[in-house]
Amino acid sequence: MSIPDKTKVTSHYIRKELLGKSTVTLFGVFLIILTMSLVFFIASQGLTTFIKDKQSPFQFLFSGKWDPERDISKGGPAVGALVFIFGSISISTLALLISTPFSVAVSIFMSEISPKFGKKLLQPVIEIFVGIPSVVYGWVGLTVLVPLISKLTLIVPFIDKESNTTGKSLLTGGLVLSIMIFPTIASVSFDALKALPKDFKEASYALGATRWQTIKKVLVPAALPGMLTGVVLGLARAFGEALAVQMVIGNNILFPKSLFDRANTMTSVITMEMGNAVKGSLESNALWSLAFLLLLISFLFIVIIHKIGAKGSFVK
Amino acid sequence: MRIKPQIADKIATAIFYIIAGLVILLLILFAGYLIYQGRSRLNLHFLISEPNSIEAGGGIGPPLFNSLYLVALSMLITLPIGLSAGIYMAEYAKPSTLTQVIRFCIEALASLPSIVIGLFGFLVFVQLTGWGFNLLSGALAVSALNLPIITRISEDALRNVPPSVKEASLALGATHWQTIVKVLVPCAIPGLVTGLIITSGRVFGEAAALIFTSGVSGYPLDFSNFNPLSSSSPLNPFRPAETLAVFIWKVNSEGTAPDARMVADGASAVLIIFVFVFNIAARILGKFLDRRFTGTTSKK
Repeated sequence: MSIPDKTKVTSHYIRKELLGKSTVTLFGVFLIILTMSLVFFIASQGLTTFIKDKQSPFQFLFSGKWDPERDISKGGPAVGALVFIFGSISISTLALLISTPFSVAVSIFMSEISPKFGKKLLQPVIEIFVGIPSVVYGWVGLTVLVPLISKLTLIVPFIDKESNTTGKSLLTGGLVLSIMIFPTIASVSFDALKALPKDFKEASYALGATRWQTIKKVLVPAALPGMLTGVVLGLARAFGEALAVQMVIGNNILFPKSLFDRANTMTSVITMEMGNAVKGSLESNALWSLAFLLLLISFLFIVIIHKIGAKGSFVK
Repeated sequence: MRIKPQIADKIATAIFYIIAGLVILLLILFAGYLIYQGRSRLNLHFLISEPNSIEAGGGIGPPLFNSLYLVALSMLITLPIGLSAGIYMAEYAKPSTLTQVIRFCIEALASLPSIVIGLFGFLVFVQLTGWGFNLLSGALAVSALNLPIITRISEDALRNVPPSVKEASLALGATHWQTIVKVLVPCAIPGLVTGLIITSGRVFGEAAALIFTSGVSGYPLDFSNFNPLSSSSPLNPFRPAETLAVFIWKVNSEGTAPDARMVADGASAVLIIFVFVFNIAARILGKFLDRRFTGTTSKK
């Protein structure tokens, strides 16, 4: 008589096991549904510009003429987004150029020069930099960097004073972004250095190389794929940052003539105009197209990271 | 000529020390500047009083409350989903196409610019539902932003549990599910808590995903009204609400009060102090729980 009881108990546990397993699987699949619906909704709005409003995608990407309310007599509305795309690319490249040397140097310091000091001091510093909200970066940029750069444009002779002396510029945005992406690049490239087999360093030292020679000739080349991953992640973060950039870049819908000129980015124009644009209007649709483009670019970054990861043999 | 590499090594070492020092100095200057600028506002009156867009002397009470409420709401949404998805990824996911797709989705979601998530929230939770700007939409948008992170944190925390613990439980005859619920999740709590606090800090400072979902303004709040259905009750999740980070952004672009700059300075100082508190809390609590739950003084 005890056998049915036992089966009952066992089946109770099996039921629980199955219930638990299917619940967590469902939530795992939910992540796919969420991503798909995100892509679907943004795409459905973003493609309206080209399907319903009959704008050419080529013009959208490669024309710098942004005037969604232009009169028919003057050629009709134009939604060329090149000014914003160019602004986004140049500001993130600038941030990358400023940030990468420092970030890589800090990661080398933490893994090779003084790991103890690195773990005790630099690690927490990096974590706090990550945690600082982007509006705070923007606010400090606005109250510290903007006046500073404004003064600089007035003092330094070769800067064009006609176009812009507000201090809000491409350079200001690049500087703010470079601080924001520093922790990303530094921590990823630190992980890449740490993942290297110890033999590399020991073999190099055994050959009589100094520490600097070892870093330069052995460790950095070996960790390069991982470091590149960090750089791409930093680039992605710079590309997608909205508010901090919008606060310091000047939001001028013209191609910047120099680093000290005002500019605009994809994220910045969305932040500024989406609230004012009438739903369903060409302007609103074009802004959604920009959002869709941002989404595509951020997916592209992931694909690039995977390509780099597949090439790098030491960093998974 | 033989001495050259040694000198180069010395110079390089010096440069590395200088750069490391500069980075630390930058943080000290950054935080020091914010707290110094906001020092006159770091008092209780500023923290609890209403914002004022016309006269000087406004505070940050409602935005601060909204931020904290938003953190709580979004964690209530993210934690169960993220932990479940993390359990699936750590314990049940086999190396299959499905797992690969989920992993790609986690990465894709995590790398999306927060403004894009904000726009998604605007489209789905604000426009499609017809609710208008409201706190819950903001919480949902931020949850979408944090879900991949919480999933990853949960997965890592579960994977970091020593296999011997899991094997011991299974050897005692526990089912896989029992092992997960009674052994693995409790063992993973230290890692989970640390991750949760750090994510909460992020939600606290998030603004780009919120300006189009929870909005940039709010109704006047009555803090003695505890009816969550009333529009003036702070507990009502269906009211438009500006959080502290959004408030700073708004003051900068449309601040009209004569002391707008000082209000933003004070609010930034409060925000950065919260960042420090979240960070330190995560560290201390993580260490404390680690000792309580695993009985060891250090992990490695």
